[in-house]
Amino acid sequence: MSRIAERFSALRTTGRPGLVTYVTAGDPDAARSAMILQALDRAGADILEVGIPFSDPLADGPVIQRASQRALAAGTTLASTLALVGNVRRVIQAPIVLFTYANPVLRYGVEAFVRRAAEVGADGALVLDLPIEEAGGLRERLASAGLDLIFLLSPTTTTERIRKAASLGSGFLYGISRLGVTGARDRLAVGAQELVARIRAITALPVAVGFGISRPEHVAEVGRWADAAVVGSALVNMIERDADSPDLTKNLEGYVQWLKGASAT
Amino acid sequence: MTETSATIGVAPAFGRRDPDARGYYGPYGGRFVPETLVAPIEELEREYFAARKDPEFQRALITLLTDYVGRPTPLHCAERLTAEAGGARIYLKREDLAHTGAHKINNALGQALLASRMGKHRVVAETGAGQHGVATATACAVFGLACEVFMGADDMERQALNVFRMELLGARVRRVEGGSRTLKDAINEAMRDWVTNVHDTYYLLGSVLGPHPYPLMVREFQSVIGREARAQFVKMTGTLPSVVVACVGGGSNAMGIFDAFIDDPEVKLVGVEAGGERIEAGHHAARFAGGSPGVLQGTRSFVLQDKDGNIEPTHSISAGLDYAAVGPEHAWLRETGRAEYAWASDRDALEAFGLLARLEGVLAALESAHAVAHACAIAPRLGREATILVNLSGRGDKDVQSIQRAMA
Repeated sequence: MSRIAERFSALRTTGRPGLVTYVTAGDPDAARSAMILQALDRAGADILEVGIPFSDPLADGPVIQRASQRALAAGTTLASTLALVGNVRRVIQAPIVLFTYANPVLRYGVEAFVRRAAEVGADGALVLDLPIEEAGGLRERLASAGLDLIFLLSPTTTTERIRKAASLGSGFLYGISRLGVTGARDRLAVGAQELVARIRAITALPVAVGFGISRPEHVAEVGRWADAAVVGSALVNMIERDADSPDLTKNLEGYVQWLKGASAT
Repeated sequence: MTETSATIGVAPAFGRRDPDARGYYGPYGGRFVPETLVAPIEELEREYFAARKDPEFQRALITLLTDYVGRPTPLHCAERLTAEAGGARIYLKREDLAHTGAHKINNALGQALLASRMGKHRVVAETGAGQHGVATATACAVFGLACEVFMGADDMERQALNVFRMELLGARVRRVEGGSRTLKDAINEAMRDWVTNVHDTYYLLGSVLGPHPYPLMVREFQSVIGREARAQFVKMTGTLPSVVVACVGGGSNAMGIFDAFIDDPEVKLVGVEAGGERIEAGHHAARFAGGSPGVLQGTRSFVLQDKDGNIEPTHSISAGLDYAAVGPEHAWLRETGRAEYAWASDRDALEAFGLLARLEGVLAALESAHAVAHACAIAPRLGREATILVNLSGRGDKDVQSIQRAMA
């Protein structure tokens, strides 16, 4: 069983909803990025998504666009992100998912990417602009290296495509709660629960729900019908605000605990 | 010459050369989009495949192209330019004389007709030089569709006239400040809007780029250029041209004119990219000179990228050629040897612009001036017996201020 599958199985045993966190690697720089990942792990994040910055992040809203720019300006690349994961792996308990656009992976080489991802101890990958039809080669290589490929599912995804994603994906499925780009919102989208119900009708794979989550009541709400909630832009916002503050990691830890606190009730 | 080119029939070529079922031309093309867009794009593909077979749709489109756009556009033998270049005879396919002043209207009307057929009420589009934005705003006015055009902040400055034209036509122009503030960033923002408003919004992409079926659909809507030009050329000269030359940004005017000559192996096809200031990262937009295969904005093709897979900044004096990727079918035509690709520098384009103005009385778009520059460069080598057909894809009113600045 993969580290990701183990984590979800443990969550299901306790009945506690999980929390998946997203931050962009190298934002604001490599050293602070390593500290941030450790802080999120300490605070009890169940899975860490580590974003590989890309020059043209067309599925991301302004917050993560700016994070990508900061990370690129600090010299972050796919190779340096893998090195970062390697550095923090042994001090971090949570499984790590590499979150990326297709082009950096294709440029690095799919085979080299999978080999190196396995070496540094990453647990899975999610490629935003690589739909099921284009993901075959990557999936096979990840699977033979024991890593999970996580697929995104959206309110526009047909039942037939959910079925395909469920049979080709592993670890968990990532449900997008709303149409649009990434970004924190005040309220949870109404279509999210329906999407999760459609996924549940087809597969027993765990489901995490993201896009727009920023408050403990969102996490608690998602926890009632999905396995985990994903928080991204809200954390990245905080990194942008507190990048130069001595309290950066403390604030992030406090925020994650605040989100999780509600989920424990 | 007893007959004029206006007696030629007007009709795009549908369903002649489809990519494979996944939208690939050899190893190029495909559909690299976020999951939310997959179902809408599959719907678009189904609707387009149904529409292009429907005689009603074809009839409506041909009527628009004839009675509204003013097609066929003329073919013009450029006598004085030929004498100046000193070799092959140069002919100009005058897409600058199409309504709105560029070939872009052929595609904008085709897709707006499709959007209406699909029951969409809102259209978003990107624009670089503003020609596609103006064409889309025009088509939306014709069909009564709400229209928002994304445009890079830098492009809005260098193409201020077209911004005002779009607004006069009732479109809302949305300024894009992110990234390099040019066409690439306008496409990112248009796609972000589409993914957010996918239920009621149609994305009217302006070139042979993006996820399948856009490269196919845009080529087919533009194929009317090549169909007309081929018939006009044969009628005028009794034979086929030796070389067809067109500028290539995304590559829609080039695909449009190449299409009719693909099966004529004796006709050489040449695409001309923007060489900018020099072929060095950040100073040009010649993807085949400085790029490599990669995935950008939904399609796999030749892309200007750094060693880590990030997209490099580009430069061209012409906003319409200032883009980091090229249409996937062009990459395939190059790989199979059916077409070849050259580049012309900013300076070459400015010189050709001046020549064409003084010798032929035509103010060409700076984009098209790249094609004219290349035609003039190869004309002496080809010799007097040879002929060159240049696609003059647009008119240059929009560029007059940029040219004034460049000449100052």
